[in-house]
Amino acid sequence: MSDASTVNLCVNGQVHVLTVGGPRAEVDVTDTLSHTLRETLGLTGTKISCDRGACGCCTVLVDGEAMLSCMLLTVELNGRHIVTVEGLADPDTGALDPLQQSFIDHTAFQCGYCTPGILMSAKALLLSNPRPSGDDVREALSGNFCRCIAHYHVLEAVEATIAATAGAVASGAETVVTEVVSGGASAPGRFS
Amino acid sequence: MSAEYRYIGKPTPRKDAHDIVTGDAHYFGDLVVPNMLHARVLRSPHPHAVITAVDASKARALPGVKAVLTAADVPAWRAGSQRHLRVLDTTVRYVGDSVALVAAVSEAVAAEALALIDVEYELLPAVYDVDEALAPGAVGLYADSPGNVLRPGTRWFGPECLTGLDLGDVVAGFAEADVVVEGEARYEGLPNPLPPESPGVVASWQEPNSVTLYLSTQAAHQEKMIFLAAFGRTVDVRTVGGACGGSYGSKFMTVQLSMQATALSRATGRPVRLRLTKEEHLAAFGLRIGSRVRAKVGMRRDGGLTAISGDWLVDTGCYSLTTQAQVAVGCGEAQVALRCANWDLHTKVVCTNRPASGIVRGFGGQELKACLLPLLSLAMDELDIDPVEFMKKNYVKPGDSYVWRDGHRYVYRGNDYTPAMEAGATAFGWRDKWKGWLRPTAVDGPRRIGVGVGVHGNVDIGESVSEAYVRLDPDGRAVIYSPASEHGTGQPSNLCKMVAEVLQLPLERVSVTQADTALTPYDMGPVGSRGTYAMGSASIRAAEDARRELLELAALSLDIPPEELDTYDGRIFRKDAPEGGISWQAAMGPERTIMGRGRFEPDFTLANCMMTFAEVRVDTETGQTELLRVVNATDAGQIIDPPGLENQLNGCLGSAGIDTALFEETVIDRSTGRVLNANMADYKWRTFAQLPEMKNVVLETPVESHRFHAIGVGEVSTAPGPAAVLMAVSNAIGVHLTEYPLTPERVLAALGRVKSRDPERGAA
Repeated sequence: MSDASTVNLCVNGQVHVLTVGGPRAEVDVTDTLSHTLRETLGLTGTKISCDRGACGCCTVLVDGEAMLSCMLLTVELNGRHIVTVEGLADPDTGALDPLQQSFIDHTAFQCGYCTPGILMSAKALLLSNPRPSGDDVREALSGNFCRCIAHYHVLEAVEATIAATAGAVASGAETVVTEVVSGGASAPGRFS
Repeated sequence: MSAEYRYIGKPTPRKDAHDIVTGDAHYFGDLVVPNMLHARVLRSPHPHAVITAVDASKARALPGVKAVLTAADVPAWRAGSQRHLRVLDTTVRYVGDSVALVAAVSEAVAAEALALIDVEYELLPAVYDVDEALAPGAVGLYADSPGNVLRPGTRWFGPECLTGLDLGDVVAGFAEADVVVEGEARYEGLPNPLPPESPGVVASWQEPNSVTLYLSTQAAHQEKMIFLAAFGRTVDVRTVGGACGGSYGSKFMTVQLSMQATALSRATGRPVRLRLTKEEHLAAFGLRIGSRVRAKVGMRRDGGLTAISGDWLVDTGCYSLTTQAQVAVGCGEAQVALRCANWDLHTKVVCTNRPASGIVRGFGGQELKACLLPLLSLAMDELDIDPVEFMKKNYVKPGDSYVWRDGHRYVYRGNDYTPAMEAGATAFGWRDKWKGWLRPTAVDGPRRIGVGVGVHGNVDIGESVSEAYVRLDPDGRAVIYSPASEHGTGQPSNLCKMVAEVLQLPLERVSVTQADTALTPYDMGPVGSRGTYAMGSASIRAAEDARRELLELAALSLDIPPEELDTYDGRIFRKDAPEGGISWQAAMGPERTIMGRGRFEPDFTLANCMMTFAEVRVDTETGQTELLRVVNATDAGQIIDPPGLENQLNGCLGSAGIDTALFEETVIDRSTGRVLNANMADYKWRTFAQLPEMKNVVLETPVESHRFHAIGVGEVSTAPGPAAVLMAVSNAIGVHLTEYPLTPERVLAALGRVKSRDPERGAA
């Protein structure tokens, strides 16, 4: 259990006990999750663009759901499981998540700045629905701003991942989506 | 074509792909310079005013504040085409203009300090419209620019810089015409290019007079030249770029931010980071130029152009950095797409009280063409000419000539793009869908389908100078010294492909240095679609130079003439005995590097070409337009990277491209001067749920003067789309439209269903 002066975050499988308030505060009560991830924990893979919840750039998983980290106060996230783009790959082997590999294979980015947010939105979709339709994918990503227009390649990359996963299920292989569920966000309850 | 190559024309993973998908890619905003302070700018709430008093004493007393600068405290550095842009001025010229600067231990403290600065203003009238700004008695923005008209031309393009088009004899031309039409068109929705990473800079001043600027920019050397001029050539400038989170040309406008951060760094003795919030990015940074054309067009029955005369009024907002240069290039590009012997096009660059306009994916041509094509359409309609046939006929052909930006005439020696246009028309199904002017392709109750087409090309694929070095290391690696920042095109990666192809190295053994002017030779940078031809040629030549030296060195060890040697994967061998040979290390020894040098000189004899077809569905009851289908057609000579090229062409929608015809605009309240949609909920952008069907047709007709026969087409992919969409909507609803964007209100006004807000003009 955390006391009033700390907030416990599980980020990419690692527990952080962060001090709130006081002269040695690691977290201010006004700090957003995106700020804490980037400035306090050094996880700069999460990008900030509008910082007002309108562009999807800072999307992370909170207990397996896509959330805008610029719109969440860190102090309100005690005990929550957070996955950022740095947590998508297997922490032990470094093996990329199939979505990441598919984004590489399809050059599903241009400037790449919005890519972490898009990856996390896509990841959240596949966690909740491993066999989404094309419309489901477009809807799930519709909050993610991409100005270079990498959209078409992103959709190809996500759809290829879905197709490969479906093939793996059909052949009886364990899907990587399931592995990530168990490794990252499968335990939506409090860990403390 | 690509079968003979190892990398060219093959899809290869971008060099930075792994970093991008794992969060390891570093952008400007991820940079932390030790001991860095954070800056914010106090911005004007008034569109035009003189600052009569500033009291910053409370702000200076706030704990954590390290410096507060007002106009009285800053160096006299000045930037812009007429050096109008200062670090801070005593007059503010738009809502959002800089009033005071704060550097503090955090952005939050700096923001708190802004609220403690008291400013008194003496308000002045403001102008927001080019014709109003030009009218007698209008308030002036600058004392040295009577009538709000800036000095035409730019020294950058030389003493004969193009400032309009005065060619042939328009009186004789109009006399030859079968039809003469006149009209006015407006492309002045002032869309924001809106790269996802907002502009920013870290300035680190070193006494007595040098500064290092870490920038979110696509072209470090070009920025350095802008800064050298701004600092009056008294400051030693080093600029460092890198992945910039998008730019679309717009980040050239960071010059004022850079001067401000430098002034704060000098005042505090510490590095200072100044980055814009997204609201500042939307309300106080670069927009597309506003373009208004009143012109008369003479056309023959066969679609030949006999004369074009008129005025191009260019709204640059509160200052100009490059607008006169954009006018020059825009006038050049008009001739590339419109073969016409007789021109009399006058231009004026006009200041108004709103955020400045500048470079946005393109350089004047999109803005001029978006206005010219609707007027040309009036003539094509009278003569019942198919616009695709018109564009095929009037696009520059080998042996034609045009006057380019420097005022010099060049003979075109590039490809004939007629086959690409025909391939695009076939892919789109133009012959079936085109029903004639102002005729919908299909009608379904109140919903009508319409089609349109646009074309654009530029000669800047070979503009300016590129230099590159290629260093060979004994362990079989090559490093390209080039300021090729990654801004979305994949150009650094493509340079690696070209150099790996020349040196026959594994792609993973070729890399590019950081874009740092202390490290790399001069290069204007990846602008104007010049990355492939200009930058690529410099890197290729540097690799060839290094390869020559390597083989000469190996020839000494092997006692075989260098021309009989070849290299593959870091080994050197006789061409007829590839299984033998020695390693680079054996040839070079462990304590040697080889540095090859390459240079590209300007070449204005080639142009690229992009034709865009658009199909729209307009609901005549709601005025809503839906973009259904887009086909882009081009000829790239030789594709370097297929997925990268396709990404660039798909980019036709965003970065202030096609969607500027539909819904993208910066809405300025003309009673207060405020931008009303300075946030990403109210500034509209296309989402994943609204994608039209997209098809790209790319021909590969070799371009002889590039080693791999390639030219760039990335920049121009946005340019033809807006006019194509306007034509499509006009055909759908049966009314010639002449003003962007095609908001439901404007469409309904054209249909006579609502009254236009601007009764003197109407929408058509």
